[in-house]
Amino acid sequence: MTGSPLKRTLSSLGFAAVAVYCLAPFYWMVVSAFRRPQDQFDNSPVPARWSSENFSAVFSGDNGFGRALLNSVVVAGTTTVLTLLIGTFTAYALARLDFRFKNAVLGLIVATTMFPGISQLVPLLKLFTEIKWINTYQAMVLPSLGFALPLSVWLLTAFFRQLPFELEQAAMVDGCTRGQAFRKIIVPLAAPGLFTTAILTFIAAWNEFLIALSMVNKKEMQTATVAISKFTGVSGFDQPFGTQMAAGAIVTVPLIAVVLVFQRRIVAGLTAGGVK
Amino acid sequence: MTTTESAPAAGTAAARAPRGRARGDVQGTRRLAALLLSPTLLVLALVIGYPVLAGFRESLYSRGEGLDADGFVVEGDRFVGLGNYTAIFQGDRADAFWNAFSNTTFFTLTTVVLETVIGVAMALIMQQAFRGRALVRASILVPWAIPTAISGLLWRWIFQADGAANAVLRQEILWTADGFPAKTAVVIAEVWKTSPFIGLLVLAGLQMIPRDVYEAARVDGAGPVQQFFRITLPLVKPALLVAVLFRMLDVLRMFDLPAVLIGVNQKSVETLTMIAWFEASNLRYGSAAAYATVLFLYIALIAYLFVKLLGADIIGEARQKNRRPRAVRTPRGGRRAAA
Repeated sequence: MTGSPLKRTLSSLGFAAVAVYCLAPFYWMVVSAFRRPQDQFDNSPVPARWSSENFSAVFSGDNGFGRALLNSVVVAGTTTVLTLLIGTFTAYALARLDFRFKNAVLGLIVATTMFPGISQLVPLLKLFTEIKWINTYQAMVLPSLGFALPLSVWLLTAFFRQLPFELEQAAMVDGCTRGQAFRKIIVPLAAPGLFTTAILTFIAAWNEFLIALSMVNKKEMQTATVAISKFTGVSGFDQPFGTQMAAGAIVTVPLIAVVLVFQRRIVAGLTAGGVK
Repeated sequence: MTTTESAPAAGTAAARAPRGRARGDVQGTRRLAALLLSPTLLVLALVIGYPVLAGFRESLYSRGEGLDADGFVVEGDRFVGLGNYTAIFQGDRADAFWNAFSNTTFFTLTTVVLETVIGVAMALIMQQAFRGRALVRASILVPWAIPTAISGLLWRWIFQADGAANAVLRQEILWTADGFPAKTAVVIAEVWKTSPFIGLLVLAGLQMIPRDVYEAARVDGAGPVQQFFRITLPLVKPALLVAVLFRMLDVLRMFDLPAVLIGVNQKSVETLTMIAWFEASNLRYGSAAAYATVLFLYIALIAYLFVKLLGADIIGEARQKNRRPRAVRTPRGGRRAAA
């Protein structure tokens, strides 16, 4: 398996190629964020002089970036909590109970993930305008649920099925009700799966753009991804790339840190679900 | 353990019988199942089911001012039948539709082919069990984790007239202006973001292939190329097909990346989602809904053809997936416990 030195070198080269491919654009974002605004168009791989001016520019002025971050946390957080709460029950039923049309229900739920977001958005946009929900959190959370829920039901069903049935049955023989067995046996055992689903849901909701862009036209309600894409420069004409790269780094780096820490879990989740 | 676990999958009366109280409990189980399923189904009915129907109804109406038979101005929704659809396919808006349609199809074909090739290559590289593997596996998640809108900005920056791309290529291409370079920029950015993901899924598929299959092939005199096409590819096909299908359906509804990288209402990169979004944001809900419905049908058709022709069975895959991890997870869990 260790192979010849040549093979070793080749595969190290391959590894390096993959790493460079994945990381180079991200590196460019971080480096550009740390340049001084006057060096913005300098293409040297390392900034001549490091500066945090872009980062202070993100939070200053009328960008309202702090508020946008808060909005993102609220929307993505609420979506995640609701998805887990509702999805867990459904996944439990799909993984543990016997009833007719079970595969049909699962198939239907999985099929909804293929649904194009815009078809959902147009009628909801009209409806929410009529009931004056535009520029509210619920107008962003509800449509997001439509995409987060099917995926997490699918994932959680896969996770629940891996747990041995005997434990639950033993608990029920010992006098637990089904509900108690679920709460005291299944939920603690499924905690890693729940956690994985939570991370994946949160990342997907945090990255959401189309819904947030459509349902909100007030600046105070924009989520971070939308706010950054709308940053304006001093003159209003040139793209404030330095500021945008700094804001992009602020939004992305914590996410990447979480992804790296929970790498194993996320890979398990992605390959179990088979979808993004 | 095997018998109890396969029971629900089989779902037959015979399989249900061994469970002690199961017989008397059937009614209760059904009621419980209905109770547990209803919140999800309710949410999906509200945010997916309702929009499908309302969107179709909406697409038959037109909003705005018109004159009625007596010459009075009428405001509000007017029933126009299939008027919105005919307006899509013919008349002065037809060009815009066919442009968006061909852009969408172009992006789907090019990105899916490129990211499949690159993704499979990445998976083959990562499968080599050498040091540094953890690092590569971690870095592969970085493009996936960056929000698409942010990666659109990032690539817009790279593709600036005097940006990094032109500096590296020593060219002066106006990437983000209109035209073919804009399309190329979108394809490059999309492929960068998504091929690691295909790589990840294919890698998972590769790791399920037992090593002795390769040893047997080597003994029989198969070279590396033959091994790849005769063993690796067929065995990894189910995982790859599902990954490709989901990627395809995802590109077909692409919005964030071209919208941020190039801009909305730009002829060179306008996709079907973008044109529908543009109509909706101009309050022309009827025609927006018509575009969305056409896109919906297009996606459904592609999914249907893909599943029919290539046999990528999502639900079957779901069922398989549920069975498969069990076989795979056990050794992995064992390894983790040992570590």
